[in-house]
Amino acid sequence: MKANQPMIRVKDLHKHFGAVQALNGVSLTVERGRVVVIIGPSGSGKSTLLRCVNHLETPTSGEVWIDGEQLTTNQAHLNEVRAEIGMVFQLFNLFPHLSALENVTLAQEVVRKRSKEKAIENAMKQLERVGIPEKADSYPGQLSGGQQQRVAIARALAMDPKIMLFDEPTSALDPEMIKEVLDVMLDLAKEGMTMLVVSHEMGFTRAAADEIIFMDEGLIVEDTTPHDLFNNPREERTKLFLSQILQH
Amino acid sequence: MRLTGVQGVPCTPDSLHAEEIYVPERQTEPLIDTQDIAFQPPAVIQFGSEGETRSWRDFPWWFVALILIAAVAAYTILSRENYIDAFNFIKAGLSITGITAVLSYLIALILGLLTGLSRISRNIFLNNLGRLYVELIRGIPMLVLIFFIALVGVPTVVDGLNSLGVWFGEQGIRAPYLVLTSFSNQSIPMHARAIVALSVTYGAFLAEIFRAGIQSIGRGQMEAARSVGMSSGQAMRYVILPQAIRNVLPALGNDFVAMVKDSSLVSVLAVRDITQVARLYAGSTFRFRESYMTLAVMYLTLTVALSLLVQAVERRLRAHES
Repeated sequence: MKANQPMIRVKDLHKHFGAVQALNGVSLTVERGRVVVIIGPSGSGKSTLLRCVNHLETPTSGEVWIDGEQLTTNQAHLNEVRAEIGMVFQLFNLFPHLSALENVTLAQEVVRKRSKEKAIENAMKQLERVGIPEKADSYPGQLSGGQQQRVAIARALAMDPKIMLFDEPTSALDPEMIKEVLDVMLDLAKEGMTMLVVSHEMGFTRAAADEIIFMDEGLIVEDTTPHDLFNNPREERTKLFLSQILQH
Repeated sequence: MRLTGVQGVPCTPDSLHAEEIYVPERQTEPLIDTQDIAFQPPAVIQFGSEGETRSWRDFPWWFVALILIAAVAAYTILSRENYIDAFNFIKAGLSITGITAVLSYLIALILGLLTGLSRISRNIFLNNLGRLYVELIRGIPMLVLIFFIALVGVPTVVDGLNSLGVWFGEQGIRAPYLVLTSFSNQSIPMHARAIVALSVTYGAFLAEIFRAGIQSIGRGQMEAARSVGMSSGQAMRYVILPQAIRNVLPALGNDFVAMVKDSSLVSVLAVRDITQVARLYAGSTFRFRESYMTLAVMYLTLTVALSLLVQAVERRLRAHES
């Protein structure tokens, strides 16, 4: 909206699932065009934070601002905002009854009200961007995990989002397919997309992240540059976690 | 991907109670692929030719027997004067049976889809209304329901509409007065009431199938659809329902077969379907054996043919999946 507003601003976010406290007051700002990676042990609230940003989870309390506009619980408003925020899931969540192309055109037609021709044209452009235009007519079940995830990225990009959220996009992939997905993400980062990424891919983090956040027990423990976090983590918890994931 | 629904199992409404419907979640790779069992590697067959035994055992002998019974019965019917006479008399009811089954099923589909959707809705009123309807229907025998809906339910609604019309008349509003008071119980034929009764009854069964089908679709699908900005209605229409309906098609098909059978119940309302016509024939000629034998074979032929059709459609659907 306004150029001087941060793209994502999260203020004192709390999220409880019954007695479980997933988020205990998280505040975070992501400037336009920045790539922020969130790491942390499982159950630390990383995914919940990400899902609160587009209100797939409704926060218990706190505020989320997207491009200078505060999210409310009004559904019509939420649908509008979500169209501007692409999301990529760990398990891809492609629509299995639709071809790769239809996966990418559906929301363009239904939400953006684009004509079929325009939607297809744009979808092919996005499939080329993620490197698999030849799979346009394949169904998700016929694609490898890496290809599915790239279609999922194309599906999100086709909406021309201002922000891309990645929720552990490579955790469900076989090792040889991780690179093809990370390459696409790296290209996006270079093109200046604002990205919030939950991932433990340290190679990607080093190469693309402007900022890295370490979360534990629903709180942000450390928020710094990848270089600083890897080379001299301040907090004990961060050191312990890094020693565990970087051991091998 | 496979659909392991309730196909092949003769479907009575009792087998469709909510908790018993098993509509598995879609899985990209089947845990056990039946084809693997059919084509066992030779190494396994060495141990007492297990593979052959199994295919011998798995062969649908019951189905061969069924076809044989149908063939023998058909031959009996077609080769004897009395049976031909009975068949020619009873077949006059076929169109009523067909119309009743098809029309009731179509209405039940709409009713079932709406109720199924309200059962999963977060709206407390709709949710409970749907549940109430389903539980009410499930708790009453179908025969009783048919009497009740046709002879109590429909007249009550008509009386209600009449008094509403009278009320409009008293307010001086003429159009609704004329329309609403024009209904009368005599003008609603038993056949229509029978169709209403069957639709309402089956609507509850189909609602449970739709509900199970919708709930079999993983949460991730709804989330993915919402994350690109679709409303929950759009997500339901373009993403969830197409998958859900494909998953439950075998179950829906089986219920149509069940509907054809249960349409025989409308004979208690003196609707002249094949059952009623057979009863009339038996009553007037005292040829009970000819009459009911022919009737039974007619139903069997109908249901076996429809079951085969359902299975063929299902196979075709499976072939399209990868």
